[in-house]
Amino acid sequence: MVNENLVKDVVKEPYKYGFVTDIETEKIEKGLNEDIIKLISQKKEEPRFLLDFRLKAFKKWQKMKEPDWAALGYKKIDYQDIIYYSAPKQKEKISSLDEVDPKLLETFDKLGIPLTEQKKLTNVAVDAVFDSVSIATTFREELAEHGVIFCSISEAVKNHADLIEKYLGTVVPASDNYFAALNSAVFSDGSFVYIPKGVTCPMDLSSYFRINSGDSGQFERTLIIAEESSSVSYLEGCTAPMFDTNTLHAAVVELIALDDASIKYSTVQNWYAGDEEGIGGIFNFVTKRGKCLGKRSKISWSQVETGSAITWKYPSCLLLGEESVGEFYSVALTNNLQQADTGTKMIHIGPKTKSTIVSKGISAGNSKNSYRGLVKIGTKAAGSRNYSQCDSMLIGDQASANTFPYIKSQQPNSEIEHEASTCRISEDQLFYLQSRGIEFEEAVSMMVSGFCRDVFNQLPMEFAAEADKLLALKLEGSVG
Amino acid sequence: MQSKMKESDPILEVENLSASTDNLPILKGVSLTVYPGEVHAIMGRNGCGKSTLSKIIAGHPSYIITNGEIKFLGENINSLEPEERSQSGIFLGFQYPIEIPGVSNLEFLRVSTNARRKFLNKEELDTFDFEELVKEKLEIVKMDQAFLSRSVNQGFSGGEKKRNEILQMALLEPKIAILDETDSGLDIDALRIVASGIKRISNSQTGIILITHYQRLLDEIKPNYVHVMSDGQIIKTGESDLALELEKKGYEWTDNFIKET
Repeated sequence: MVNENLVKDVVKEPYKYGFVTDIETEKIEKGLNEDIIKLISQKKEEPRFLLDFRLKAFKKWQKMKEPDWAALGYKKIDYQDIIYYSAPKQKEKISSLDEVDPKLLETFDKLGIPLTEQKKLTNVAVDAVFDSVSIATTFREELAEHGVIFCSISEAVKNHADLIEKYLGTVVPASDNYFAALNSAVFSDGSFVYIPKGVTCPMDLSSYFRINSGDSGQFERTLIIAEESSSVSYLEGCTAPMFDTNTLHAAVVELIALDDASIKYSTVQNWYAGDEEGIGGIFNFVTKRGKCLGKRSKISWSQVETGSAITWKYPSCLLLGEESVGEFYSVALTNNLQQADTGTKMIHIGPKTKSTIVSKGISAGNSKNSYRGLVKIGTKAAGSRNYSQCDSMLIGDQASANTFPYIKSQQPNSEIEHEASTCRISEDQLFYLQSRGIEFEEAVSMMVSGFCRDVFNQLPMEFAAEADKLLALKLEGSVG
Repeated sequence: MQSKMKESDPILEVENLSASTDNLPILKGVSLTVYPGEVHAIMGRNGCGKSTLSKIIAGHPSYIITNGEIKFLGENINSLEPEERSQSGIFLGFQYPIEIPGVSNLEFLRVSTNARRKFLNKEELDTFDFEELVKEKLEIVKMDQAFLSRSVNQGFSGGEKKRNEILQMALLEPKIAILDETDSGLDIDALRIVASGIKRISNSQTGIILITHYQRLLDEIKPNYVHVMSDGQIIKTGESDLALELEKKGYEWTDNFIKET
């Protein structure tokens, strides 16, 4: 059909973050072994417990097998062909932003994340991570006044070792899965957040992850702890240059919410997705999990996944505390030869726990988009409830969408609801909108936007606009 | 009466139009001219090409024009996009209005209306001003405001969908409206509402093409001309009494015309 080609043009994705920053970097040699891990730990001047944590994880990883159950197909990753530590060369000790290499500041400027005092975003504190290291964190003093700790995880290891030792790996143990084990062995940087008891974080916190180097992996680690009756909204953004090789990104994110605490974690993931032929792009294998430890605690994940060649990601909630709440709102857009296998796990352990899952998958081009989710209600989770809604939208006739819901209930006194639907943007729908004067691109974008509305409504204001823009960009084919 | 109408220029001229889809010829030389203020009815068996003709005039991408041309206000529009045709004043009322989940009817109507207004160099309406306008127009089709907050046509009954079409016509104020079986699936009350809506919206400057099987719509809106289509051609054109005769004698009667010609 005539429109079929038009649809292809419209969803053609211009990637405007594909530039490389030309900067001198310090890289270690390729490959992975105990010495490399010791070297990373040494470079970061880590305490003994952390090196032990890494080495234990590495031993476990060596015995593990790369998972193959996801509906993904990709060339085998050669883990010895990856550089596990890459950092821009800087002065040994940086005391203020003025000492950061201007090229780095410029990079984040170009990405729309200005860091300098004059230009920084006024309502969001940012931790900027470039390859393996955190470059800068804004608003630290202001946050400290409220007792909020927001810094790179490397700094937290130095300055808040007690918290790291207490919580690191308690939500995602090193042995959890192949990629989590790898991350535990080699993680380089990431963000650390601590919200003290009774504090509502005065502003949104945000981390921006930038992969710059083509041959090194990024293994970031994020840990967020919300003490009793505290709350925080955290945003995460990611981009990478266009390389014709695949770069591995294997992150671990752990969230811990105590009594009456709430954490809202939002992601807009726009890693480079590879070109139309599927050359290049980020392999994104991420383990994100939150533990609702406390009574009435709440963890809410919202994600807009538009990038990466491969996405393997299941932000999950362990609902331990009585009446705790888990939420997962997701939009995953795949195009060309992108593949996404993404979803969530809601593990109801405590009584009267509640979870909501809303997943919207959009597949265009020759892409493959799968929702995979587990809802488990344990024996002690009496009076628990889950509602899941998984909708897929197909654009064109070459894309595919799958839904794999797993439901396990060991508790007769619980409720689980699952709804799923698949739709296609049909020629007739497009013609209908066009015949009412609405231009083709706007018609597609209106339908996609409408399809995603339930999820966009969950995003923080700053992000909702960005997400809408990002989808529109991907869908409108305008040159950025 | 006719000659008086024809003092002005035609709105729509379909000249010897042939069209096909998937290499299958559907229209085989259709000619039709509509002047301002005229109502034309097109009748004919299912599959004779009536709906196809309406879709081609609106610019549906599935059909290829193999011969002839469509002129709107004197300009050839063969290669215009559907949205350009709509913006310039061609309206197609769908036989089966399409459901668009997730897109709010109000937003859809506003974007659509603004596209037309922009073409007419009128100021585009913001949400508040548009709500005022649409409330006014809702009254024409006796629709409840609740329809506005729902997704486009989703979960609407057959009659509600048709009224939503006429609401769109009221908002877009087209130069020509082609209404494809707008009367089908309507009960008598709904038919009256739709018919009176169409009459209220149209005036001496607009043209209307009614595609229908039934006399009852034509009782409400009296056509100046009735065309009978068969196998992709207009085989007979007459005045309003032709429809009455057709109702009495059935389409078999028209088969004779083909034999004669």
